[in-house]
This record gives sequence, C-alpha cells and structure tokens, in this order.
Amino acid sequence: MDVSYVAHLARLALSQDEITRFQSQLSGVLEHVGQMQKLDVEGIEPTAHASPVYNVFREDVELPSLPVEDALKNAPQQANNLIIMPKIVE
Amino acid sequence: MEYEAVIGLEVHVQVKTHSKMFCGCKNEFGAPPNTHTCPVCLGMPGVLPTPNLEAVKKTVLTGLMLGCEINRICKFDRKSYFYPDMPKNYQISQYDQPLCLDGGVVLGKYAFPKDAQKDPIASAKKNVRLIRIHLEEDVAKSFHFETTSGIDFNRAGTPLMEIVTQADIASPEEAFAFLSTLQQTLSQARISDADMEKGQLRCDCNISVRPKGQLEFGTKCEIKNMNSISGVRRAVAYEITRQIQTISNGGKISQETRRWDDAAGQTYLMRTKEQAHDYRYFPDPDLMPMRTDLGLVESMKQQMPETPSMREERYMRDYALNDYDASVLSSDIDLSHYFEGVLNAAQGDRQKVAKAIANFIINDLLGLLGGADQTLADCKIMPEHFGGLVSCVDAGKISSKQAKEVFVEMFATGKEPSTIIQEKGMVQISDEGALESFAKQAIEANPKSVDDYRAGKMAALNALKGQAIKLSKGKANPQLIGEVLEKLLNA
Amino acid sequence: MELFFETLTGLREKLATKKVSPTEVLDALKKRVEAVEPSIRAFNHIDWETARAEAAALTPEDLAKPLGGVPVAIKDVMAVKGQPLTCSSRILKGFVSPYDACVIEKLRAAGAIPLGRANMDEFAMGSSTENSADGPTHNPWDTGRIPGGSSGGSAACVSADEAIVALGSDTGGSIRQPAALCGCVGLKPTYGRVSRYGLVAFASSLDQIGPLSKTVEDSARILQVIAGHDARDNTSAAEPVPDYLSGLNQGVKGLKLGVPKEYFIHGIDPEVEKIIRDAIQHLSDLGAEIVDISLPHTNYALASYYIVAPAEASANLARFDGVRYGARVKDGKDVIDTYCRTREKGFGSEVKRRIILGTYVLSSGYYDAYYLRAQKVRTLIRRDFSEAFGKCDAILTPTTPTPAFKIGEKTEDPMQMYLADVFTIAVNMAGICGLSLPCGFAAQGKHGRLPVGLQIIGKAFDEATLLRVGQAYEQSTEWRKERPACA
Repeated sequence: MDVSYVAHLARLALSQDEITRFQSQLSGVLEHVGQMQKLDVEGIEPTAHASPVYNVFREDVELPSLPVEDALKNAPQQANNLIIMPKIVE
Repeated sequence: MEYEAVIGLEVHVQVKTHSKMFCGCKNEFGAPPNTHTCPVCLGMPGVLPTPNLEAVKKTVLTGLMLGCEINRICKFDRKSYFYPDMPKNYQISQYDQPLCLDGGVVLGKYAFPKDAQKDPIASAKKNVRLIRIHLEEDVAKSFHFETTSGIDFNRAGTPLMEIVTQADIASPEEAFAFLSTLQQTLSQARISDADMEKGQLRCDCNISVRPKGQLEFGTKCEIKNMNSISGVRRAVAYEITRQIQTISNGGKISQETRRWDDAAGQTYLMRTKEQAHDYRYFPDPDLMPMRTDLGLVESMKQQMPETPSMREERYMRDYALNDYDASVLSSDIDLSHYFEGVLNAAQGDRQKVAKAIANFIINDLLGLLGGADQTLADCKIMPEHFGGLVSCVDAGKISSKQAKEVFVEMFATGKEPSTIIQEKGMVQISDEGALESFAKQAIEANPKSVDDYRAGKMAALNALKGQAIKLSKGKANPQLIGEVLEKLLNA
Repeated sequence: MELFFETLTGLREKLATKKVSPTEVLDALKKRVEAVEPSIRAFNHIDWETARAEAAALTPEDLAKPLGGVPVAIKDVMAVKGQPLTCSSRILKGFVSPYDACVIEKLRAAGAIPLGRANMDEFAMGSSTENSADGPTHNPWDTGRIPGGSSGGSAACVSADEAIVALGSDTGGSIRQPAALCGCVGLKPTYGRVSRYGLVAFASSLDQIGPLSKTVEDSARILQVIAGHDARDNTSAAEPVPDYLSGLNQGVKGLKLGVPKEYFIHGIDPEVEKIIRDAIQHLSDLGAEIVDISLPHTNYALASYYIVAPAEASANLARFDGVRYGARVKDGKDVIDTYCRTREKGFGSEVKRRIILGTYVLSSGYYDAYYLRAQKVRTLIRRDFSEAFGKCDAILTPTTPTPAFKIGEKTEDPMQMYLADVFTIAVNMAGICGLSLPCGFAAQGKHGRLPVGLQIIGKAFDEATLLRVGQAYEQSTEWRKERPACA
C-alpha cells in the first residue's frame, strides 16, 4: 500500500514518522485481512444491508430549516451569512 | 484534410420538487444564503438521508418520456471527493445501477437554430442515444472574493438528474437541437424548469475531432460553464475550430477541462487530466435499495404526459398543420393548451379553422406578445373570443383583413369580437346589389385594367377587386366582389 | 444505601412514589462523580446546570413516565441539542449540536434527563477508550487497566456508580466488550431496532445504539423506550416493538442454547474459558438445553469487518474538514492544504489508520478484492447464524477472549487490539442482537478481581429472548451485587 498516496486521497497530511509506522502496522492488518482471499465466494450475493427492505421513501413535504444563525453557529469562519473558506481555485 | 467532430453531453437537470433530495428543506432558487439548510444538508455529524419519492418518480418519468429502459433494481452510491461545496465530501449518486438506461432524443427540424433549419441534417430526424439517467444530490454554490470564497448551502442536497448521451452529436447545431428538445420535454412535463441561465440545466460537453472517416476517436476535451443553449452552440463551435487548428498546425490535443468564457467567445484551460479522479464508489449503507417494478413504473406510465414531439405529430395528423406550425404550437405547453382551447371554441371545418388559428397565433399573437413584453399568461384574449373571431371569418361575416384589425383590438382591450365588429361597423357587405354598384364604379374608373383583363392578364382582376373593396371602405366581401366583377366583365 | 448505587428499576420506584426527587438524584450523582471521577475519567463533559433545570421542569405526569426523572449518561457520539458533541476527537472541539438524536428525543419523551458526555475511543474506533482526545478512561476494577471500548466511558460510569444507566453504541462490540470488562450489562440491539439518527456514524451498516446498565431488567427498560421505527433513518426497521418486561421472568426451561465450538479455541484466556463453561453449566442447571453448534465462518468475521467498517468510516469521516464546523487550521496555503492539515491535526492515530485502510480498500482496482469480497463473506456469516438458529433459540459465547488489559499494552499493535473484539464482531456483521452480562471474575489485576462477561446472541429482533436468558442467569447468581474497588 502506498500510504502517502492513499492519505492524500483521504486529504490527510501525515508526518514521515506516521507514514513509516502506518505502513508497517497496516501491512500487518492487511495480512490478517488477506485470510479472506482463501474463501470461495463464487456465486455468493454481497450483503450491503443487514435486512434489506426496498423503496423506503419520504413524501415530498417541506419541513422547517434551521435559522441561519444556528446553521452557521459552528462555522470556523463566516461573513454575510456565507461560510468562508480560503479561495477555491477550480 | 477534412475533420469531423464527435460530441457527447453530460447534462445536469435540477428536478422540480418542494423539498430537497434527502431532507425536508425547501428546494427554491434565489433565497437569501443559507436559509434553506438543516443538519442533514449541512452534513452535520450524526444525520441521515431520506430519499424524496417525488424526485425518484420524476426521474423515472423522464426515462419513460425519453424511451429509456427503467432499471428494475436500483440503488444509491457514495461518490467520494473533497470539495468545499460538498457538505459530506461525498455525493450521494448512482453508480452501477442507475434508474434509467439507454433511450434517446430525436432531433426535430425546428429544434435546430433558425439559421440552420435549411441544412439537410435538420430534416434527418437524427436520434441522439442516451447512455443513462441517474439521480443524485446537487452541491452548494460558491462565491469567489479576493482571497476567500463564500459558500451558500441552499442548493446543497437538492435533487439533480444527470443525463449522459452517447457521442452521437456531430455539430454545434445538433448540440443546440438536443438541448432545446430536452429543455422543452422536461419543462412541459413539469419535471424541471430547465432554465440554463438559472443553472437549472447545466451541460458539460465532451468534444474531440478526427479526420473524416477515421474510426478511432481523437483526444477529447471537456467544456464547462455555458449558461445558455446558444452559448453551448458557440462554445462547441469554438472548441471544434480550436482543435482542428491545433492539429492542422502540427499540435496535439491534450485531455483537459476547459472553461467557456461567453463574453470573450473562447474556451480557457481549467485543468489537465493528469490526476485521474478516484471516486471510491460504494453502495450507500444509509439508503435502502429501490425496486421500480413494484408499481412505480406502471403508475408513471399512466401519468406520462404527451411529449412535444408526440403533440407535433398529432397536430400534423389530425389538423393537417404543416411541420413548422405544428412545431411552434407544440414547443410550449401553455401555447399548446391555448391553441387547443381556441380550436374547441371555434366553429367550422376543423382543418380550415385550425390553420386559421395557427396563422393568428404564429403571425399575430406571438408578435403582439413580444412587442408588449408579455407572456401568454398575460394575454387578454380569451380562447372563446378568439374562437368566435375565427368562426366569424369562416362564416364570411367579416373579411380576414377586418379580422386582423379586430384581433389587435381584442389583444389591447380583451373585448369580445362581436362588440368590436359592431363598434367599428365592420359588417361585411355581401348584398349583390350593393356589390354590383361598387363593381361598376371600379370598372368605370379603371379602363386600363379592364383592357388588361380582357387581354388575358388575370392580375388585372385583383387590381379591380382592390379598387372595389376600397370604394366599399373595406366592407365588401372579397370573394363575392370578385365573382360579381368577373360576371360583369365577361358579360 | 446511597442513591447512586440504585438500579434504574429501584430508582424509578423511589421516584414514582416520590420518596426521592429528580434533583436529589442529581445531587447524589454529582457527589459520586466528584469522588470517583478523578481516578476513572468516564466523562468528557457534564452540564449539571442544564440537567438540574430539566429535572426541575419535570411535571408529575413526566415523573409517571417509564424513565421519569432518571438521568441517563450519553456516549459522546450522540447529538444532544445545545450540548458539546466531540466523539472524543480534537476535530470536533467546540462543536455544539443544533439538534437532538432520535434516541434523545425518545428518552426525553419518557421523562429521562440526558446527563453527561461519556468518554469513548475517538469516533468509536477502538477497544480500550485510550484513543480519546480527552485521555483514557480507567477501569473501575483496576484503574491501571482499560475499561474496554469504544463505549468505555459509558461502561465505566455505570460500573463505578457515576451513572444509573448509560447509552453506548456498538459497531463491532463497543457496548458488549466494555460492559464485560467493567462488569455491567450491555445490549447491542438488532440492526434497525433503534434509530441511528443523531448517532455520529462510524460504520453505517454496523452501528447500533444500546444501553449499558447494572441489571438486565434496566437494559430492558431502556430498550423499551429507545426501540422503534424512525422515518429519519432509512435503515430503521418497521418491526413492532414487543413488551420487553412482560416475558422477562419466564426462565430458560425449554430454551435451546447453542454453544459454537469456534468460540473456544481462539487465543482465549483459560480462566475466562472456565468461567464461561461454568456459566453455561449454570444455565443448563436452570433447565436450558445446551446444544453444540458450529459457526464455520467465525474466523473470517474479523477480516471482513476490518474491510467493511474502515471503508464506510473513510466516507463517513470525510465530512470532518473544518469547513462548516470543527477546528480548522488557520494558516492553510489553499483549500487542499487546509483540508489535509485540519484533518492531520484533528484526528488521532487510530482514526487516521482506519481512514487510510478504508480509503485503500475502496480505491480503484481494489474494490472487488476487498470491499465486495468482504460483503460476500458477510453473507456467509449471516448464513452461519441463520443455520445455527435452526437448532437453538440463542447462542452462548464469551464476550471477550481476556479480561481487561493494561493501559498502553496494545496501543502500538493495532492487530492485537482488534483481536479484543474477535467474539463480538460477527454479531454486527450479521446484523443480529447480542447481550453481555457479568458471569464471574478472573483472579487477575491489581485487586485480583477482573470481571468476565457472558455473551448471549439472539436472532434478529429477538432481544426478548436475550433478556429472558440474561435475567434467569442474573437473578440466580450474585454477580450483580459485586462492586468495583473504587467503591
């Protein structure tokens, strides 16, 4: 596993020490997880939900929103009812 | 060398619902920032999504109208990428089991830009095939300032359909025709207002060029940021030219995303596709799968409205309208309803009356509305009154010329046609004695025309007819006065 | 007897008959917390004032409700409006929840008072409550040892009588394992039984909220209140909620209890094994029929869990980016740098490890080999259980392979730490229910007494049978009367 590459995908900065440590710890975990490869799973349906039920929907009904001050209360930075970030460059 | 363009579109359409896709916040354009947000659409810790049935129904309806196959079992997946406008840093979307597959959009002649309608391709009824339609949630809107960006989450979590075409489009005009047909279909079925300027319909174009006849595709570029259908046409045209010029000059096209600047009329490089995205799709464990075969497709089939192209065909078939008239009248659902309302109120031969109504609407009403900066909703002419006017002409009570005058007056005042006819004393003269006296006066005053007529110039009869009508102050029945003139001249 | 020693059932009687007031209960608990919290550290935060105000506002009608006047400790992973919600993470420092979780609404509607934010492993990732930005919680039976995790604060506060009862969450054993190690009762309901709305997600397809309590009956009382369908949780079950109290004392005569051979070979502490064997014998003596069963894919449960859970977690934790809430680094060069460093500073090592693992197994080219395969293994594990339940009404196993280990013992060896959940994980993978209750003590630790837990595993939505078996065992033994050293 390329820990630095994967960490960047997950937007996680790591120190060199962490990269080294995680590399060895996670290879131990992957080794254990690798046991699974021994199993024959041919033709087995995957389980995504413990008890799947189909078509659980909500009716299209409008519900009250948060007051804008509550919506923004936890924001690290805000101005004019907008949440502020360093400039986004596309 | 001659080149050809290969174009595929990814169209995002906002679905018209009361509430957002996965929460109860209002789905509304233009509210003050962050007033339509809640813990769910802000991606607060601990919240869960609940899918809006109406959005699913409207996506299925879209699929049915565009001839798609509706997938029997569908699910929602998480698409992971970090972006400040995405509250959870994953988007709930559909990956390998979307709601709709295949289908297509047939490009009608009048969906093409006016100046391109004479091109043979416009008459070819080309089918642009769809790959899929899926349902997902929209992202927030960002505003960019000097050193910061501000985010408004009102749009975050509103339902969004993504319609993906095959690379079947070959020209800017076809892209235009595809989008205008799609726009009409969706807005008429009230699935979306699909207004590009409001961002309700957004289109990314994948464009490549290749030497004509070559099977292999060229390197494609993705073009973003067009905010009108004609903007798409301009952007695609620009990009095709840019790519052909680059290749002709010995350059290479690199796979990249480019931004269209409408004011400058150019595309600019946004980013190169060096770092391929890894979206890490997996089934969203928070959402149960969907089955469309448990009544959903059946009920949507029953609710399926007539598409503009179906209506166009019906007008041509039932009322013998020409393709142009039929296409204009079916291009807008309100206009179609109005046309049919007038037709129901009018008496006389269906086909004849339909043609007369079509002429009034297309030649007079649309111009009057435009001139007055009004929409059909503002129109003072009641369909019953409009129908009455057409019936009067059909029964020969007033002339077409008079009718036009009455129509203008109806448009301005909303009065009934009979009132206007009476006020203006517009009753048409059909009495043979009175017509004979106007005819005789015209013959006496225009010996040259009489000679011409007798020498075989049929146009001279029209001149005499015009004179006679003028003498009657426009009240003479034009058909009858012609007959009387002929009788006198041939006597 | 001091009020804080009360069980929920006992306290309710005193409140209902007005022998004590809710405020007196709070005062008693406050005294207890002040006495033992310095050595236990079970709570991240307690807002006594709000609790007192809520207690004072209770009407006589409220006090007649099933949980009227009862303070309930809440794991710091469930949203309580106006209270901090940190998940024991630096990244949520200062976050105040703008809403109540469904379970909190239900507790309030039953007259309960949410009290305190119980410590936990950061974002519920861990088996020792050492992965907490607020520092570790200590086991009341030996403060040099871990209380288990991730609901270690919830288990420790109940065990140390700092709370009457608590809510925890269980993704791979996070209620049952700390309950076992702290000597209390812990119930993980069937997936879908309790709404997850307002529970900060770790692994969405596995997470479930449940009670930690001093007795089986107390857990039944809490489950009665928090169970039931919630339209805000798409995965919440529409299954009716039975009366969990009425069948509680039916005994175990006529019940078939399965013992899976696969749970008695895997690095299990000999003392623990003996205690569990004795408990099984005891249930047999009470009239239950003990049957041998097999759950052949047990060995693969841990492996598939460490794919599914980190994968889901990697997406669930993506929202912690310092944009809309949470602690954001101030000097980010640009958006990406701000994200990366906010998350670097905000998350602890275990969370980072699991995010990386989860991101990796979902990344392009690895999905089929890892995530999809793990989901298929999940199907096999579910099948194991449904076949086993053809032969028995409930299954008996140890809750953990060993008693509580020492603080710091496994922090640098994640795989050893993960093995602490080896007996509890399969229940989550199958989406069924499990109960852990005290069944004896290992002669280990500072005071020579470390609790051991018996796990009872039940069919989907059959919590009633778990409670019935648990009640029969508990009421015919004296373990519930034992108090930890800190008492």
